Amino acid sequence: MKVYALHVGLLALLLALHFVLPAYHHGNLARVMVLASYAMGYNLMFGYTGLLSLGHALFFAAGMYGMGLGVQHLGLSAAPALILGLVAGAVVSGVLAALALRTAGVAFMIVTLMFAQAGYLSVLYFGALTRGDEGFVIQQADRMLWGIDLSLEGNRYLAALLLFGTCLMLCLWLVRSPFGRVLVAIRENEERVRMLGYDVFAHKFAVMVLSGTMAAAAGASYGLLFGYVGASFASVQYSIFPLLWVLLGGAGTVLGPFIGTLFMFYLIDLSSGVTTAYMLLAGVALVVLTLFAPQGLMGEVRRRVWRGVP
Amino acid sequence: MLRLDRISAGYGRAQVLRDLSLEVKPGEILCLLGRNGAGKSTTMRAIMGLVPLVSGTIWLGDERLSDLPAHEVPRAGVGYVPQGRRLFADLTVAQNLEIGLMARQSGPEVRAEVLTRFPRLRERLGQKAQTLSGGEQQMLAMARALCLRPQVLLLDEPTEGLQPSMIAAIRDVIVGLREAGVAVLLVEQRVDAVLDLADRVAFLENGSGGAVMTADDLRANRSLVDRYVGV
Repeated sequence: MKVYALHVGLLALLLALHFVLPAYHHGNLARVMVLASYAMGYNLMFGYTGLLSLGHALFFAAGMYGMGLGVQHLGLSAAPALILGLVAGAVVSGVLAALALRTAGVAFMIVTLMFAQAGYLSVLYFGALTRGDEGFVIQQADRMLWGIDLSLEGNRYLAALLLFGTCLMLCLWLVRSPFGRVLVAIRENEERVRMLGYDVFAHKFAVMVLSGTMAAAAGASYGLLFGYVGASFASVQYSIFPLLWVLLGGAGTVLGPFIGTLFMFYLIDLSSGVTTAYMLLAGVALVVLTLFAPQGLMGEVRRRVWRGVP
Repeated sequence: MLRLDRISAGYGRAQVLRDLSLEVKPGEILCLLGRNGAGKSTTMRAIMGLVPLVSGTIWLGDERLSDLPAHEVPRAGVGYVPQGRRLFADLTVAQNLEIGLMARQSGPEVRAEVLTRFPRLRERLGQKAQTLSGGEQQMLAMARALCLRPQVLLLDEPTEGLQPSMIAAIRDVIVGLREAGVAVLLVEQRVDAVLDLADRVAFLENGSGGAVMTADDLRANRSLVDRYVGV
């Protein structure tokens, strides 16, 4: 009960902030919530199952381009375009899971990275369709969802909160379910799980598709809420980001991805206001955090304060 | 119950088991004895489907175990406690048991029965597995395997590195399982423990089956121990 109170409490706080935050932070927080949804999907695979992917940008971009190309070239409205983005993410993650899960460890990382790079280069290669590096803008008229204009700040924030809340509660329910327990057991000792009668491949496949679909949902939402679809979101940088956010916030914790994303976002935002060498400041802060909170911020909370927090 | 019919198996080109045949009956403890590298642990891993068979068949009753993928072998009724226990170190005792219970949708009555065999674990339910003593970890590994309600239990050196009181406790559990009709295939290095527990003893030599005899016959013919196990 306390666990649900904590997570619902965070959602209530985010809703309350909608009414009080100044415009700048209001926009930032909407962005953070969408990116945190992406990180939560990543955390299911990495934090809970122990599968370190370096190719999640492929899923994020699959969602974003599935939605964006649907709007741009098929003339879809926002709702079917979003669904197209989700389906694209699910299909791409399913295909990649079927191939990459035949490998493990470093090989898995390399295979996922290579596929993501192939996806990124495909976006550039098919520039006539995707407008390559330049990307394209989703016009305001196409950002109307059931009569709600998602280009307006307030609507955008609430839509981001809806996505974030859905992903958060889904993750919370999932990791406390029998399926989630098996995922943690796979992370701990894969062979032992097999020896207890579980189909490890099927579990890994399911979690990879779920993780990829969540990343695609975040990608599609990002494109729709912020009105831009670009190749940079398919680059390797966007595969590394969720790993960093999850590590900072606490791998294998439900709230960790949000805290990590928020922390990293504002760390870069604030340090760039102080110096042009802001990445140096950010780097030092990250090193300090890694030294004193090696399990991430929420991981430390779990270790020192509240052992039962999922 | 569990029957190995002329199995050969190994790792890549290295063939470890050659034409090995064995049978464990319900309510029987069969102990595998042999030198290091003789193939005792590989035999267990082959039964569990973790080492591919080159030839031969493994039967559990009328079911061909060797046709099943590895994850279906435990569901068919074979429990395995490997050497080194291999617990989910970061999970609690209760969560470790839960994973075992969920595998066959076993209910609370199975959990209660298992905890009756290991009362010490009942006091440790909320504790992480990595914080247990060696003996308690072994108990948890066995308890988790029993959550699958196995007809056959494979135990790979269950008393290795344990203090005498823990060895006695684990011995009692194994005897209790025999009385409950579970077939136990046991790998054990300590000959005294073998003579104390086993109904029959099967020797392994270079991956092939050697003599099979009752524990009483072995007691009367200790020179065989030196032949198969001595260095």
